[in-house]
Amino acid sequence: MAEPFEPKITAFVCNWCTYAGADLTGTSRIKYQPNVRVIRLPCTGRIDFMMVLKAFTRGSDGVIISGCHPNDCHYTSGNYHARRRWMVFRDLLEFVGIDLERIIFSWVSAAEGAKWADLVNEVTSKVRALGPYRELRQLAAVGID
Amino acid sequence: MEALQTKAKELLAAGTVQVAIGYGKGTGNARRPLFVTKPERAADLIVDAACTQNLATYLTKHEVRVMGRMAVVAVPSTLRSILQLAAEKQIREEQVLALAVIDGQVRELATFEAIEEAVATIPDAMSEADRNMIDKLSAMSVPERRAFWADELVRCVKCYACRASCPMCYCERCTTDVNRPQWIPVASHAVGNLEYHVMRAMHLAGRCVECGTCGKACPVGIPVHLLTIYAEDSVRRQFGQRGGASAKLDYAMSTFKPDDKEEFIR
Repeated sequence: MAEPFEPKITAFVCNWCTYAGADLTGTSRIKYQPNVRVIRLPCTGRIDFMMVLKAFTRGSDGVIISGCHPNDCHYTSGNYHARRRWMVFRDLLEFVGIDLERIIFSWVSAAEGAKWADLVNEVTSKVRALGPYRELRQLAAVGID
Repeated sequence: MEALQTKAKELLAAGTVQVAIGYGKGTGNARRPLFVTKPERAADLIVDAACTQNLATYLTKHEVRVMGRMAVVAVPSTLRSILQLAAEKQIREEQVLALAVIDGQVRELATFEAIEEAVATIPDAMSEADRNMIDKLSAMSVPERRAFWADELVRCVKCYACRASCPMCYCERCTTDVNRPQWIPVASHAVGNLEYHVMRAMHLAGRCVECGTCGKACPVGIPVHLLTIYAEDSVRRQFGQRGGASAKLDYAMSTFKPDDKEEFIR
């Protein structure tokens, strides 16, 4: 019998807020779904949109992008710049026919350990319900049999 | 057309410019770029409805720049490109002179200020076919659009003609050339093609002047210009800024407003 589907979630998080927040989740002994793979980057401004595409083509079923709340950026304005980029990126992705349900954006501060746990749980159940992500991966497999 | 030829001849003869970049006769009714360096050859310059390529692409090319000051025959989108290049510090005022062709009239625009003024009076002219195409695509469902683009992009042979024809794609080292990491697979492949075209549109968002030259350059007829035009349109809708309006940097993606919308962020 095939194993039940367990989604793989890639989380691109900033070093200063969300990574520290996720750390707090652990030190607070809050349990959450183990489906998430955290990738730590200096800032949300460092999250190139190409990373999101690569995450999907390499096997992610969902992507979480999270960083400091507005006004809390360690580099003053990295999250504001990132937010603009996502606004256009989301628009463009929809235009090329990639649905946005699997890309979740969030602000999680270093004090919000519980919010991180909730976010991961919520996203994992949502993606579990959506099922495996096939569209981009099918494209990636074209010609490789 | 004669006015343009006379103007180019005068400029070349007087030594005001060393090269005039314009349109010449190509195969059949097509037009191709023409680089005129001698006054007597100015008679080969053509201006008509078939002249649509954005010649601003050549303004950043080393081979052209070494000739000296450049005069460029400019359709409205070329004027916008010159401003955007100026804003991005890719060209100086003394390097270029625009011979603007607006409604059949030839005007010599020697300063960025003059170009800004001229551009401000020209209405946006997205072709009807492009407008219809974008409307048609926007009305589709997401899976329909996915199928549409998959069908189009599968033909992409990664010749990068869209990149080469674009005045704003002047980077000495493009993301497509990077192989550590290999952002864009070298081979033509369904997913790599999609990634490449999304990347191109993202890098042009807020800088694109919507000339559509990339789409015309495509040898397999993929409407790649729709992606960049759509991204540019998205920037204009959301931030009220656009590429090629001013010689001072006004790039929507390099700035922000604290109250940019964020209902998609939880």
